[in-house]
Formats: sequence, structure tokens, C-alpha cells
Amino acid sequence: MPIRAVQPNVRVVTLNIDGQDLSAREDETIIEVCRENKIPVPSLCWLEGLSVVGACRLCVVEVDGGPRLQAACSTRVREGMRVQTNTDKLQRYRRTLVELLFAERNHVCSVCVSNGHCELQWLAQRCGVDHVRMPYRNASYSVDSSHEMFRVDHNRCVLCTRCVRVCDEIEGAHTWDMMGRGSGCQVVTDLAKPWGDSESCTSCGKCVQVCPTGALVKQGTSVGEMVKDQQFLSILARRRSHR
Amino acid sequence: MNLDDLEELAAKYRAESKEPDTEIRVCMAASCQSSGAGPVLEALSAACADTPPGQCAVKGVGCMGLCSAGPLVAVAAPAAPLDEAIIYRDVTAADAPDILASITPGAAPVERLRIPSDMPFFARQHRIVLENSGIVDPDSFRGYVMVGGYAGMVRALSEMTPQDVINEVTTSGLRGRGGGGYPTGLKWSTVAKMPPGQKYVICNADEGDPGAFMDRAVLESDPHRVLEGMAIAAYAIGANKGYVYVRAEYPLAVERLKTAIRKAKRTGFLGNHICETQFNFDIEIRLGAGAFVCGEETALMASIEGGRGQPRPRPPYPAEYGLWGCPTLINNVESYANIPPIISNGGQWFAGIGTEKSKGTKVFALAGTIVNTGLIEVDMGTHLRDIIFEIGGGIPDGKAFKAVQTGGPSGGCVPEEHLDIPVDYDSLKTLGTMMGSGGMIVMDESSNMVDVARFFMEFCMDESCGKCIPCRAGTQQMHGLLDKIAKAQASRADLELLEELCEVVQATSLCGLGQTAPNPVLSTLRYFRHEYEEKLG
Repeated sequence: MPIRAVQPNVRVVTLNIDGQDLSAREDETIIEVCRENKIPVPSLCWLEGLSVVGACRLCVVEVDGGPRLQAACSTRVREGMRVQTNTDKLQRYRRTLVELLFAERNHVCSVCVSNGHCELQWLAQRCGVDHVRMPYRNASYSVDSSHEMFRVDHNRCVLCTRCVRVCDEIEGAHTWDMMGRGSGCQVVTDLAKPWGDSESCTSCGKCVQVCPTGALVKQGTSVGEMVKDQQFLSILARRRSHR
Repeated sequence: MNLDDLEELAAKYRAESKEPDTEIRVCMAASCQSSGAGPVLEALSAACADTPPGQCAVKGVGCMGLCSAGPLVAVAAPAAPLDEAIIYRDVTAADAPDILASITPGAAPVERLRIPSDMPFFARQHRIVLENSGIVDPDSFRGYVMVGGYAGMVRALSEMTPQDVINEVTTSGLRGRGGGGYPTGLKWSTVAKMPPGQKYVICNADEGDPGAFMDRAVLESDPHRVLEGMAIAAYAIGANKGYVYVRAEYPLAVERLKTAIRKAKRTGFLGNHICETQFNFDIEIRLGAGAFVCGEETALMASIEGGRGQPRPRPPYPAEYGLWGCPTLINNVESYANIPPIISNGGQWFAGIGTEKSKGTKVFALAGTIVNTGLIEVDMGTHLRDIIFEIGGGIPDGKAFKAVQTGGPSGGCVPEEHLDIPVDYDSLKTLGTMMGSGGMIVMDESSNMVDVARFFMEFCMDESCGKCIPCRAGTQQMHGLLDKIAKAQASRADLELLEELCEVVQATSLCGLGQTAPNPVLSTLRYFRHEYEEKLG
């Protein structure tokens, strides 16, 4: 979904989320209204200030009691809409999705630099994932430490593409992109060159800050030391909108 | 140009082509070519050169349908339909003299090669989409015009407003032939109602279901018909640019499409001022690079734009926000191929064929363990049993029928006890499968349904684009579980987990590929659960 252009004269609608009557601008999505009103909807790929891809499916909600679930990040609000964000069914689905992520790559918190500051870890705690029912794939992924300041550890990547989007949309470098398909997907710098050899990377570090897990980290951090700061996104967005 | 001018043009072409008394048609579609139609065509052409002028002519044509008996050769009067032709099967180059001898006046057909003319495979079909298939030379623009081609487009351009065209399509009740079954008229009117400006028409020819080859056959046999359908659509919605997105694995279809586009442009049936009107429409071909997911409309458009072939959330639908952000109409090959006869004969005529909610005919690709494999076109509402046992000729080697898989990796299996249902969009859905694009894979008693489910899951796993978690990681896990069950290493808990994953992947995936990936598992579990349970430890 393209980044929404700011439209003048948008109407305001009222809708009901989890029994609360709320008002919202017509051009807002469900997840934006939820965040505004402190309604906890889990998400991983969505990040305020970046375009919407609707990839993680963790924010799926029930709309108007219909059978088809909608991703809160890619669904606009409508007048009179009734949204359920936290039914038993949704909780069960989210738990399974998080389990699928843990089984897919090697998320070993105890030795991860992001331990304690990891969005995947928080998600697992909030969704009540106390064990993983599926077999771990235990596939081995590479670690690229060729960049002088940052490191990418594909074992921890959840393929949310926040790095790809922030690099393209905010920094304007488009160093990151995706290659492969299915479970062979991987984020790459330039055309799958080592990060350190990338000619387009400006070493701004935005990708590291928006990465939800320990996949993109600063060099020289040890277990639990990698704390991320995503404040810059809203600051940049505010400054740019005043131009 | 109006219809009279077009008829005059066709008459002129007929006069110039010096039609022979008899024509010998050699199927030159991909499957007959692979079984040796090329040498047959050469041998027949060489033998034909020795006959008196005007007696016979040999031409390469598109698919006649009975692919398992290829190479096929038909002997008929010029432009005669397939059921008036004498059709020969398994023809080799050595048979050429006999076939040539049979066309001299008074001679009898070659009985040892002949397919009985009352064979249900041909007699039970109703050919609308395939009406020219196996009759016209796909590389010949003149051939298409001579059988009445482009009459639909000329009629639309000269006698109808865009709104008339849409009304006609709506009246016909045509539903999308790509699998979803969305009403075509509604789709067209949605795009037409978008504000004027740049709009696009896309033909989805990225046919990727295992065992499905309907679109390939239509493009290889009658490419002009698809172009005509697209041009009519473009006129109706106000587009001036179209794309055919065809997979690169169909080189023959691509070649014939390119020829057709070139010839149509040269004669003023495509390009600027089509048929001396103010209507402009240009068509370009885009080749798919081998991703099944690019058959999903948003992924297909991303691929045309030059991006990664990945779907995006809908809405916004392509009708509103499509190719490069412009309103876009996207239909399947077979849907477009249905348009010219609807415009020529009227929507009412089309609405008179088929069932109450599924109008017209449907092309199916029969594959698997069935006597007559190949391409068929039947009325909507034909019973599955008739398709398999009458037209298809039943199961070979005296084995028993077990199930038929429809809808490819998005569909499911229909067991013996449900074979008496009419084939249409809605009744297949109630059985837990779907119409899909028209692949029908027939399985006999020797097939194991866990293996079938595993095969389709492996397909979905390999073809998942990797964007959303449930499809990327879920298909992987489901395939692992199915593999475990197939190897008799699984427990009851594994089967429960498999069912749970089916539900989650179906409910949460981003696009149709993931949402329907569990269908083969769910459907085999529904009808053949015991085969799973027999393998549990």
C-alpha cells in the first residue's frame, strides 16, 4: 500500500473497537486508531512513518463479525465499523504465527545482543508463547560483519522488511532489498554484496534502529546490550511535513 | 469500418486464398509437436504438392483437444467445424501417402487411424472458446478474419457505446475464468466508472497450476481471439494500453501472440485509429520469470512494473489502484476469449448456456490416470461423472476411480460419491474444492491421498513468495508434517497440529496463494481421513 498522501478535508468517522466508541479520520487505518487509543494490537512489520506492507499478519482483526480477517495495518476505518482485536481465535492465531517465526530461524535469546530489547521477544511474551509446538528448522544462516559499524545476523531476521523500507523511503539510499523466495528469502545489501562493500550504504544506521530483533545490530555489542531507538522516525516525519 | 466492411474483407481474403476442396489440418500445438507433429506436417505438405492444384491444402492449426492421441490430423472442407471432420490419431510421417490417397474423390478414409466420429470426447463437447481451435491457422490473421474473427470488436466499435458493451457482458452472466468466478461485467463497470485518465487492460496468462494447460492451448490455437477480447474490454473501460502477462515457459504461445499482435497492428486492428475509428489500443507482452504467485493479480502487476513479484494487501483493488497506480482491468485468457462471441451473439445467447449462476461453457484440461487426456470444453453444469467417464473415457487398465482434483494447489479432491454434481462455481465450493482455472487431475485407486496432499503442499511451499509469515513458514511446517505422516512417523498430535496450521494459514495469509494452500490437505482429510489415520503411530 502506498504511503498515504495528506488529504485536506478528510471526514471524521466513528467506529467501535473492542466495545469502545472511537472517532478517527477517514484516511486512518485501524492500527493507527488502536495505537492512538492505547488498544494493544500486536504487529511486527508495521512501523509508524514507514509504508504498509501487511506482511506479518499479526495485526489481523475481525471486522463486522465477518469471517474474513483483515490486517489492521492495511485496512482503513469506515463509519460504523465494528472491530474485535482480541478474540480467543485471534489470540490462538497470533500465538501460532509467533511460534512459526521462532521455528523458522535461530532465535536464541540467551545469547542474543537484543535480549530484553527485542520486539519478537515481547510479542512472544504478550501472545503467551511459552513453548513452540513445531519442530525447529535449525537451518544455518550467515552473519555479515563486513560493515565497520553494523552487523547483520540472518539467523535473527524475521523478514519484516522494515530495513528495506526505511532505507528506501526515509534515507533514500535503497541499499537493502530482498532476494530469493519462500523460506529462501533473505535481505541483501546492494546486489547481495557484503555490507561493507556496499557503495550505496550511507552508514546512517536507520535500518539498525528500526530492526525489531537482533538481526541488525551495532558492532561491539554484547548480550542484551543492543537497545534500539526509533524516535527519529517521528521526528523526521514531523520536520519533513513542515516543508 | 463496420460489419459489412469486415464481411467484405473476409470475402476478399477468401477469394485471394483460393480455398481448396479439402484441407488437411495438422495440430501444431505444443503437445502434438512434442509427439512429432512437425515431421507429419512436412510429409503431408510434400505429398500434397503432388496433387492437382485446388484439390487439397495442408495447414498447421491449434489444439484439437485429444492430446493423448497426438499427433492429430483432421481432414475437412475449409473452415468446417471439428465434428464434421475426419480425425486421425497417432499419425506418423509414414502415414502421409495413405491420408493423401483418402482425399481423392470416392476414396474411403484411412480406417486404421480414424477416430470414430461419434466418439463422446468430440460429440459431447460444446465449443465456444475453442470454436476456432484446431480449425484456423493461429499464425494467420486472414484465417481468423475468414471465420468471422474481429466481428465482435468491429460491432462494438461501430454500433455500441462502451456502456452497451458492459451491459452486454453483464447480461451474459460471464464470471472470471481464472478461478475466482467474480462477475466479469461488474468488474468492467467498476473500472469504467473510475475517473477518466490512464487505464490499463491486463490479460493474465500466467497459468501455473500443475496439470492445467487451458490458457496455453487458447493462446497457441487462437491468439487473435484473446487480442480481440482485450480490445473490446479496453473500449468498454476507456483504456489505451494492454499487457499480456504470459509465462516464459510457454515459448510457442509467446511466439504466436507476438505474430498475432504484429499482424493485427499492421492491418489496423490494433494500434492507433483501430478500424478507422477514434479508438486506440496497443498491446505489449510481458514474460513471467517463473513464479506461480505472479498469477495473483497484485503480484502480477508488481512484476509488470519491474518489481519483485509479490502480492500486496487488497483493497485497494486493481480496479481502483492497479498498474502504476492507475485503474486496471485484469482478466484471465479464457474470460477474454469468451468476449467476442458474447458481443457478436448477444449476452442473452450466452446466458442461455450453463446453469443458473454459472453461465456459458468451461474449458478443462483432463490429466492424470484417464484414457483421454487433453482439452475439453463443456457447458457449465455438466456432471463430473460425464466428464470423466463419458468424455474422458474413464480410467485405463481396468483400475477403479478414486478422486478427481480440481482447482490445482488451491482446490481439492472430489471422491466417487460426489461425482454426480454439476460442475459450476458454487457446487464445487460446497464440496470443499473450487473451479479454479480448469485443471482436472484424475486419480485411480493406486494413488495415496497423503502423497497427493504432500505434493501440492510442496508446490505451495516452493512457490510461496516469502512475504507473509503464515504462507512462508506455515507451508514449510505443513509440508514437514505431511512428509512425516506419509513416512508413517507421525503421531496423533502431529495431525492435530497440521489441522491447526491449516486453519491459521487459511485465515491469516496475505494473498490467495496462502489462503488456499491448505485446501488440498483439508479436502483429502474430509474425504480420505482414514488414509491419514492409518499412517499414524
